[in-house]
Amino acid sequence: MAIGSRLAAQTALIPAMLIALVVYCGSTGWTIWISMTSSRMLPNNNFVGLRQYEILFANERWQVSVQNLALFGVLFITLALALGFFLAVLIDQRVRAEDLLRSVFLYPFSMSFIVTGLAWRWLLDPTLGIAKIAHDIGFEGVQFDWLVRQDRVIYTLLAAAIWHAAGLVMAIMLSGLRGIDQEIWKATRIDGIPAWRTYIFVVIPMLKGSFATATILMATSVVRLYDLSVAMTNGGPGIASEVPAKFVMDNLFERQNIGLATAAATSMLITVVAVVAPLLYAQNRAAARVAR
Amino acid sequence: MRRNAKWLSAARIGLYAFLVISAAFFLLPLYVMLVTSLKGMPEIREGNMLSLPHAPTVAAWVKAWSSACTGLSCNGIQVGFLNSLKILFPSVTMSIAVGAVTGYALSLWRPRGAAWLFGILMAVAFVPYQVFLFPLVRMFSYVGLNSSLPGIIVVHTIFGLPTMTLIFRNYFAGIPLELIKAARVDGAGFWRIFGAIMLPMAVPIIVVAIILQVTGIWNDFIFGLVFAGRENFPMTVQLNNIVNSTQGEREYNVDMAATILTALVPLGVYFISGRWFVRGIAAGAVKG
Repeated sequence: MAIGSRLAAQTALIPAMLIALVVYCGSTGWTIWISMTSSRMLPNNNFVGLRQYEILFANERWQVSVQNLALFGVLFITLALALGFFLAVLIDQRVRAEDLLRSVFLYPFSMSFIVTGLAWRWLLDPTLGIAKIAHDIGFEGVQFDWLVRQDRVIYTLLAAAIWHAAGLVMAIMLSGLRGIDQEIWKATRIDGIPAWRTYIFVVIPMLKGSFATATILMATSVVRLYDLSVAMTNGGPGIASEVPAKFVMDNLFERQNIGLATAAATSMLITVVAVVAPLLYAQNRAAARVAR
Repeated sequence: MRRNAKWLSAARIGLYAFLVISAAFFLLPLYVMLVTSLKGMPEIREGNMLSLPHAPTVAAWVKAWSSACTGLSCNGIQVGFLNSLKILFPSVTMSIAVGAVTGYALSLWRPRGAAWLFGILMAVAFVPYQVFLFPLVRMFSYVGLNSSLPGIIVVHTIFGLPTMTLIFRNYFAGIPLELIKAARVDGAGFWRIFGAIMLPMAVPIIVVAIILQVTGIWNDFIFGLVFAGRENFPMTVQLNNIVNSTQGEREYNVDMAATILTALVPLGVYFISGRWFVRGIAAGAVKG
């Protein structure tokens, strides 16, 4: 029986093993290989070393994409963490209608980036959106046309993304706050330490794991950022809101430049490994400390 | 003491003020979408985005559902809705089935290669999908799966696997070993234990998995775009096409009605599932 069960367990893993080997490992390897060939419309095996990467990093569209992602990523993660944590702290002050507030803050996260992007695109419409309201109530000088301004458009994506994700951070932080020992509050109160100092110097360090979890979730979605840009601006105006994932998609399926697209995809992969590995390490260490 | 109380209530007012303003910020886009979808185009052009419709009409909703155009076909977003349903049910079922079996095999049995398999699955959860797309398209073309309903279902199963495996593995790992040992003494094997003991106990985690997969698959855009094919474009892809392909004047009311329609299923899941929704995300987020 034991041998039969062992065999059954092994058999049960075959689909997952196939997916892991063929799809995950196989296609990652294939993508990396193509990125070192001269492939354009069709893949070929003509090895050209890092030539595609040289072309890629000299490409203005890619440079703009990377800059956008860096700026967007840093601001998005910082601001969403700050807003989410702040909302969680406020909700944790035994407020009324807690469930209602939580639902209101979190519902955007259930919707797709396409829906989010289209909603915000309409809200920020330069002629009929919030800009018009500002004009109608007398703020003639207000030019709220960021959606069509090359130097501002990335902040409109930022606003939409924060709206989408802040509630999630709030939910993660709130469950972290609820897990904190009440004795700590008593102790700091007896010592006469003001609440805001307790939050900054005691509570935030204790919530390291929650911060790591939220950061990892958001960092993953930053690198995958694609739908939002497609729905809100389609990379425009010009190439002002292009992002790396969109660069890959456009070169794969529209511009027929597979070598360049896979070089871009590989660069994204390397970036993710560089960013996520230390975060995971920090999260695991925090978890290990809690376990001890 | 009284001064303290006064100060406290001032802080309390500030706290509620901030919460109410935040709530307004979060509700604003939904509110604007809703009132826009109930207005006629002249009112949208002349009026105020925030004002309530003078004469609410569902004309835009009817048009969005049944006659809005993408390119040359004008059958409304209902086409995408039905496609999304056709993609949703098999994809959710298959991804959960494969994830549950894999998680079970990894948690309680020690098959060969379990450690590296789990390592790969966890790593993949962070990898940008763009890395896999081109080779997958080639592989799918080779076996005749590209641009088809089975193709998109397989893709959702493939990319649902890391999260599904993780949550089932973690859940099964928490079930008392005595139960399984007793069953093994009684002669139950791998599949008997799975069917008779694990699955009945796994109802809560199956609910979590359903919530995660239904919202995730319904909201997917990139896989539907690449793998489903024109005939099977899911609702998100069709919505984007409707909004962007409008010839002549854009009909914001129709666009917004279509957008809300596309958001209805995940919103419904969210409001029905309540705190389970957060549990789901948290379960899928805690890696390793």
